Amino acid sequence: MHRFANPTRFVALARAVQPWAMTIALATLFAGLWFGLLASPPDYQQGETVRIMYVHVPAAWMAMFCYTGMAGASAVALVWKHAVAHVTARATAPIGAAFTFLALVTGSLWGKPMWGTWWVWDARLTSVLILFFLYLGYMALENAFDDRARGQRAAAILAIVGAVNVPIIKFSVDWWNTLHQPASVVRLDGPSIHPSMLTPLILMAVGYTAFYIWVLCLRVRADINMSKVRALKLRNA
Amino acid sequence: MNDYFNMGGYAAFVWPAFALSFGVLATLLVASLKSLRASEQALLDAGAKTETPQ
Amino acid sequence: MNGFSALLKRDLKLAYRQASDSLTVLAFFVLATVLFPLAVGPEPAILARIGAGVVWVAALLAAMLSMDRMFQSDYDDGTLELLVIAPAPLELCVLAKACAHWLTTGVPLIVAAPLMGLFLNLDPAGYGTLLLALALGTPSLSLIGAVGAALVLGARRGGALLSLLILPLFVPVLIFGVGAVEAALTDISARPQLFVLGALTLAALALTPWPAAAALRQAVE
Repeated sequence: MHRFANPTRFVALARAVQPWAMTIALATLFAGLWFGLLASPPDYQQGETVRIMYVHVPAAWMAMFCYTGMAGASAVALVWKHAVAHVTARATAPIGAAFTFLALVTGSLWGKPMWGTWWVWDARLTSVLILFFLYLGYMALENAFDDRARGQRAAAILAIVGAVNVPIIKFSVDWWNTLHQPASVVRLDGPSIHPSMLTPLILMAVGYTAFYIWVLCLRVRADINMSKVRALKLRNA
Repeated sequence: MNDYFNMGGYAAFVWPAFALSFGVLATLLVASLKSLRASEQALLDAGAKTETPQ
Repeated sequence: MNGFSALLKRDLKLAYRQASDSLTVLAFFVLATVLFPLAVGPEPAILARIGAGVVWVAALLAAMLSMDRMFQSDYDDGTLELLVIAPAPLELCVLAKACAHWLTTGVPLIVAAPLMGLFLNLDPAGYGTLLLALALGTPSLSLIGAVGAALVLGARRGGALLSLLILPLFVPVLIFGVGAVEAALTDISARPQLFVLGALTLAALALTPWPAAAALRQAVE
């Protein structure tokens, strides 16, 4: 890991990973759309609305995955003072916020026909809404300082504090009886979901993950470029 | 075909969910690509400045 | 432990000299509560139904009001730098600061809460639980607030930013605080909710001084 603490090496890594992530993301997202919209049957209970699952569940997974990654990168950044870890956390935040937003909105679009309401104040929905605000707070705090290093460190501490919310989201459907259905893919006794639905779900999840890595590479490269620009300007000033 | 786009009467929920998901992700991708291009341009500009004689 | 009591005494003395700060918070609490009957109408049944929630929300917002000043004056005049290099652990200083904040804002809010219950036509059965829930819950607000206050030191628009960072983290306290009163009003035991509130405060007591102290250290670095 320490090998990639060097920004130049990290950019080289990002450049190498980026085309692969792009290819995998585009291929799996198209395949996921094909299976999700055409080659899978409607659910016997939920009818055609079950297709919303293929965009909703992976988005929710990514919302938590991105936050965990952001908090982990922030911890690395604070402990070993790796500038690259700060860059990774900062680049992850808007992507995670986008996935959280999508999880909330697609969940709402799924909830209206199934539960008869756009929104319920149950534990899962509330904790994901809080996750969205944590992303917003992270980005706002990051940008609130004239001294960039200050903003980075403060936001990193906030990301770590906010990580208490991630297990709450994960277990909210087990701890509280809510409208939201419990996990049906990641379970100890194997997935309780039919293979014809599991295929598009897994494809979309892989696609979202690859998409995240792809965009992350782009944002990390842009961020490191801009810090080089600032350094050059300082030297010339 | 119309049957398919009707989504069993749930067209108003299924299609927006997919459209919004891919719309938001595409916007994020385009914004990130643009900021990378802009940063590369800024780097070129700043790099060019260092080569000018003092 | 000496450092703790010395800092606490100093902060309380400062707060006593500027008593208008605490009174402003109290006035805000009363005003925010009074707005609700004016907004939703004076119907006693509706007010009784939403009373506990209104008191809690107003208390959260009022506690937030004085939070961004928890470390601000020490940061501005350089006291904070001395605290960071002082032999007493900075985590203990954070506890003293949070304790002082609770004594100067949390306690006045608890004292004023029965009056707000009166305004909101709260059922007499709910008063005891409301006070107990506030007493158990408000210390965690000051502790969580200490983390936020330390993080926004020196930030632009620190006050507004603080509410964005801290209000989401207050949600569990709010849920169980209101839940306790609602349980008491429906003749169910409020003990589970009160236990959770106590647990939240104990967890905050054990966990928040570390990130808050880390935030203070990096602020003066």
